[in-house]
Amino acid sequence: MMRVWAWGALLFGCMYFALPLIGMTEFSLSMRRGEYSFDAYRVVLADPRFQATFAYSVVMALVTIAFGVLLVVPTAYWVRLKLPKARPWVEFITLLPLVIPAIVVVFGYIRLYNTSSVLPLTGSVMGTNLLLMFGYATLALPYMYRSVDTGLRTIDVATLTEAAQSLGAGWVTILGRVILPNVLASVLSGAFLTFAIVIGEFTMAALLDRPAFGPYMQILGANRAYEPAALAVIAFGITWACMGLIGLVNRFSRHTQAKR
Amino acid sequence: MVNRAASRRRIDLRWVGLLPFAVFAGLFLILPTLYIVVGAFRTPQGGFTFQNILDLNTPSIRSAYWVSIKVSFLSALFGCLIGFGMAAAITVGGLPKRIREPLLTFSGVASNFAGVPLAFAFIATIGPAGLITLWLRQDFGINLRAYGWNLLSTPGLIVTYLFFQIPLMVLIITPALDGLRREWREAASILGASAWQYWRMVGLPILFPSLLGTMALLFANAFGAVATAIALTGPSLNIAPILLFAQIRGDVLGSPNLGYALALGMIVITGLANALYIWLRTRSERWLK
Repeated sequence: MMRVWAWGALLFGCMYFALPLIGMTEFSLSMRRGEYSFDAYRVVLADPRFQATFAYSVVMALVTIAFGVLLVVPTAYWVRLKLPKARPWVEFITLLPLVIPAIVVVFGYIRLYNTSSVLPLTGSVMGTNLLLMFGYATLALPYMYRSVDTGLRTIDVATLTEAAQSLGAGWVTILGRVILPNVLASVLSGAFLTFAIVIGEFTMAALLDRPAFGPYMQILGANRAYEPAALAVIAFGITWACMGLIGLVNRFSRHTQAKR
Repeated sequence: MVNRAASRRRIDLRWVGLLPFAVFAGLFLILPTLYIVVGAFRTPQGGFTFQNILDLNTPSIRSAYWVSIKVSFLSALFGCLIGFGMAAAITVGGLPKRIREPLLTFSGVASNFAGVPLAFAFIATIGPAGLITLWLRQDFGINLRAYGWNLLSTPGLIVTYLFFQIPLMVLIITPALDGLRREWREAASILGASAWQYWRMVGLPILFPSLLGTMALLFANAFGAVATAIALTGPSLNIAPILLFAQIRGDVLGSPNLGYALALGMIVITGLANALYIWLRTRSERWLK
């Protein structure tokens, strides 16, 4: 009896997940009347605005990841090594972006960093890009921090640091050549998740008026029929790839740890 | 004396390591939020006032909040029920073990598949010309529109949000279900309890804080979602995040400080939901650890 219910619940859920995915795939293939074709994909991929916005978002994602790693790894390391007292506070702050909606944070940016303020970031294109990157880093902070912190938990930070120090290593060497390689799997997990978040992000990019992939998708969605479905398939593929890579990295790292 | 001064300086130096993080969090998370919060209590001239909060009480803003709360609550409720059903199926439902990992992996993907593309997927499926809509009309003669179905509405929004709510529920509640010890069920059945009695008197009461807490989290998750709603309905649907979006773009409320108050209302609601989640999670950890 129990098993019948279990199968029922599972099948219902799977149907629910499968139908929109089938729907968007079917729709994206039916641009040509009467037969399936990749026309919608061809049109989207050939669109110069697609190429420009996609490239912009990829670059933003990579810069965000680099900044996030540089910010989070030393901080999480330092908190574990020297300031265990500060951990609840730092953790609380890293979780705040899950509590405060992104739209509120970016609202604050627009008012706080406008052209008449002390730090007029929105006054120039580069400044706005920078502000958007900081915004993305904020969005990714909960995931990045938790991922890196979990990684640090599995290694003996204090011993590694002392060993490195007794061999004459400075802080940069310790972080770059001892700590980072040891938590690389966690850092990569956080990085792929950051990529998945940033690549399709809409709210911040739209309100800061930057030509990112998210706003492009929304504009295309308001004007076209088949191309948005093709974009949805592409976006789902990217999300899937990022999650797949996270799984791969974790499996790989578990493998190497088992050998040790 | 000298010793104490030295030790104090050493403490100071340790805190310096947190400086980059503190500056980043201060400039790009705390200060912007505080600016909004403080702005909600200021007059355009800079004086202190509660007027902005009171001004939120107009029919249009009230209905925006109300629709938002309704959509978030219902999508959280259904997300909880269906997600719990699926999580229970793969943990205590006696299904083959090999279903579990793929479902959890897929949940990880689906819970992150939100925003604009998710709206496209649902438009292509149950929108006016979507796969299911056409299929039902052509093969069964059922016109969904005639039954009052419209994807670009609150029920449509709920159905769409469920796509990321259900997998999030599965991801959070599966560990809690794993925490239900086999001994508890055995003890209950030795004492003569039926499966139903075990769930009613042991299983669900233990899981209850987790369930309610996760529901609060799903509520906050849906409440802050902007992109899916805008891509799905455009600016037409009057819900709090879309209203705030329009306010930031072009001051539709006609008062910047009223905009801050609107944003403050959103922070308060998501903040309360998250506080409830954290409180209930610490309660649930008494049993499930």
